[in-house]
Amino acid sequence: MPNDPEAVKSLLQRWIARRVAPEAMAWFEERLRLHREETPERDLHITLGLIPRRLGKADLALGPDELTAAEAARSGWTPKAWSVDAAARTLTLLAAPPPSEGFTHRFKQLRRTADAAETLALYQGLPLYPDPQALEWEAGEGLRSNMKSVFEAIAHDNPYPREVFEEHRWNHMILKALFIGSRLAPIQGLDARANAELARIMRDFAHERWAAGRAVPFEIWRIVGPFAQDAEAVADLTRAFEAQGAGATAIDRKAAALGLAASAWRLADPALAADPILAADIKSGALTWETLSQEADALAQSLPREPVLPNAAPSGV
Amino acid sequence: MMYIDTHAHMISRSTDDYEAMAKAGIVALIEPAFWLGQPRTHVATYIDYLSTIVGFERFRAGQFGIRHYCTVGLNSKEANNEELAEGVMEILPRFALKDGVVAIGEIGYDEQTALEDKYFRLQLDLAKELDLPVMIHTPHRDKKRGTSRSMDACEEHGLDPTKVIIDHNNEETVAEVLQRGFWAAFSIYPSTKMGSARMVEILKQYGAERIIVDSACDWGISDPLGVPKVAALAQQHGVPEEVIRKACYDNALAAYGQSGQMAESDWQDPAPIDQRTLYEGNSILRGGREPHIEVPGAARAASLIIE
Repeated sequence: MPNDPEAVKSLLQRWIARRVAPEAMAWFEERLRLHREETPERDLHITLGLIPRRLGKADLALGPDELTAAEAARSGWTPKAWSVDAAARTLTLLAAPPPSEGFTHRFKQLRRTADAAETLALYQGLPLYPDPQALEWEAGEGLRSNMKSVFEAIAHDNPYPREVFEEHRWNHMILKALFIGSRLAPIQGLDARANAELARIMRDFAHERWAAGRAVPFEIWRIVGPFAQDAEAVADLTRAFEAQGAGATAIDRKAAALGLAASAWRLADPALAADPILAADIKSGALTWETLSQEADALAQSLPREPVLPNAAPSGV
Repeated sequence: MMYIDTHAHMISRSTDDYEAMAKAGIVALIEPAFWLGQPRTHVATYIDYLSTIVGFERFRAGQFGIRHYCTVGLNSKEANNEELAEGVMEILPRFALKDGVVAIGEIGYDEQTALEDKYFRLQLDLAKELDLPVMIHTPHRDKKRGTSRSMDACEEHGLDPTKVIIDHNNEETVAEVLQRGFWAAFSIYPSTKMGSARMVEILKQYGAERIIVDSACDWGISDPLGVPKVAALAQQHGVPEEVIRKACYDNALAAYGQSGQMAESDWQDPAPIDQRTLYEGNSILRGGREPHIEVPGAARAASLIIE
């Protein structure tokens, strides 16, 4: 499990330098030099505020080699959705020695006055800061946000939750992801940290959705399957598997099939056998959670983007 | 036609308002920092307020395809609480450089007290130091004198009038504001500030050079469609399209775009990161549909079904 803070900093600096104009980089390096010595918090705020103005807000858009280097420097670090300004803000925080009150204090002060892009940068950087355990409460505050992008800055492509969250926080992060229409696949440690309590929460959620006549998110069955160890749980999987008509999609059926295949209960296999083609695909590895995720991504991208209007926006989350 | 409302306190408005504004063609708006109808008693609540207008409110507007900007400042009413005022002055520089902050404002006079004058001038200096435009709230009482005094202070502190927007003008103040080279904004606010028919008369008389129309909608009885309504009324009265466009769109962009934080590309060609995180885009207007003025909430009132 590599975790090399110096390697992380030099990677960030190299990635930024490759993407911004030399004059902008010179300004940034000068500010970094300043912050490596002891500078007032006010100067740090100014640097963080000026970064998008000087370096721009383009996507970092890392290549495969760069992502491999990230993984090698800090296991699980996956900055594929980062922007240039987020990378520069993170590097600034890593370069500046913590104040006498500690890094967590500084993080809290910054988070309380952060704009949307700064909030994303602060939370994406969670796996890189000193003393990650001390920031768990702060991460919990971020998960409570009603801004999906803030939630996803913590939950998606981030090794922090799997390493740090206790079970209650973990379970509620998964549930909220489904509730706000966020995907589970990009959550690191999804299968390793699944648990019986979470599987129960997922099944209750499915029942709520069925009662309301609403769609059940397909990824729910990924959590339920391995913990489906009684007749009721398998009945839920079977209900999803056999769902027909309005709203039921091929993806839902495949998801329920994968759930049945993961269940050790004696009635799961006979239920799955009703669809020999799917059963064979699962057995051969042609259908996995990974392939299903890709299928769902491709489908989502093929749909036109519409503005979210009030009735579609979950509120009071 | 696209519109910009340069003065809208959306934190007090509903999602029906956002929806109606988007339908009516408003593509961007500015939320000036102001008071909340009653004075704050702690600087901490001021911090959370400013965090909300640079963060969550920006996101909320984006869900309706509207770009949200804001101004930050200590308003004139709360400048009279010295303890609060000192606290706010200390944290203001931390907010002035946030994404989408297009000016220091709304600042100026309310009762024209010594404390109001002190903090107004300190903020003019801050705007000058950070090279940001200024949005000036002119007082509702003793307005003519208060407006002249506001411009005097700007000149005394060496501000360039082309970077200062004087808001809440009326028939009595407009000539002097324009003559001294400042931007003159008008708030279409029922019963108090300016009416839409009176606004049309002003456009006829003065044209649209350095004139900006806004709604100043807030927690009081006010109308978030003030800008598109003036545009429609002006059109009915034969005001040239070019004049309407200047007063309801171009001038707003020219004045507040001087911050470097507001550009037409923000809503016509937004950065990919913004499309993922902040801004849902506006397919209604991109689809080429004519803006449509509708009472907020009307679409929902027509149906009993809530899904």
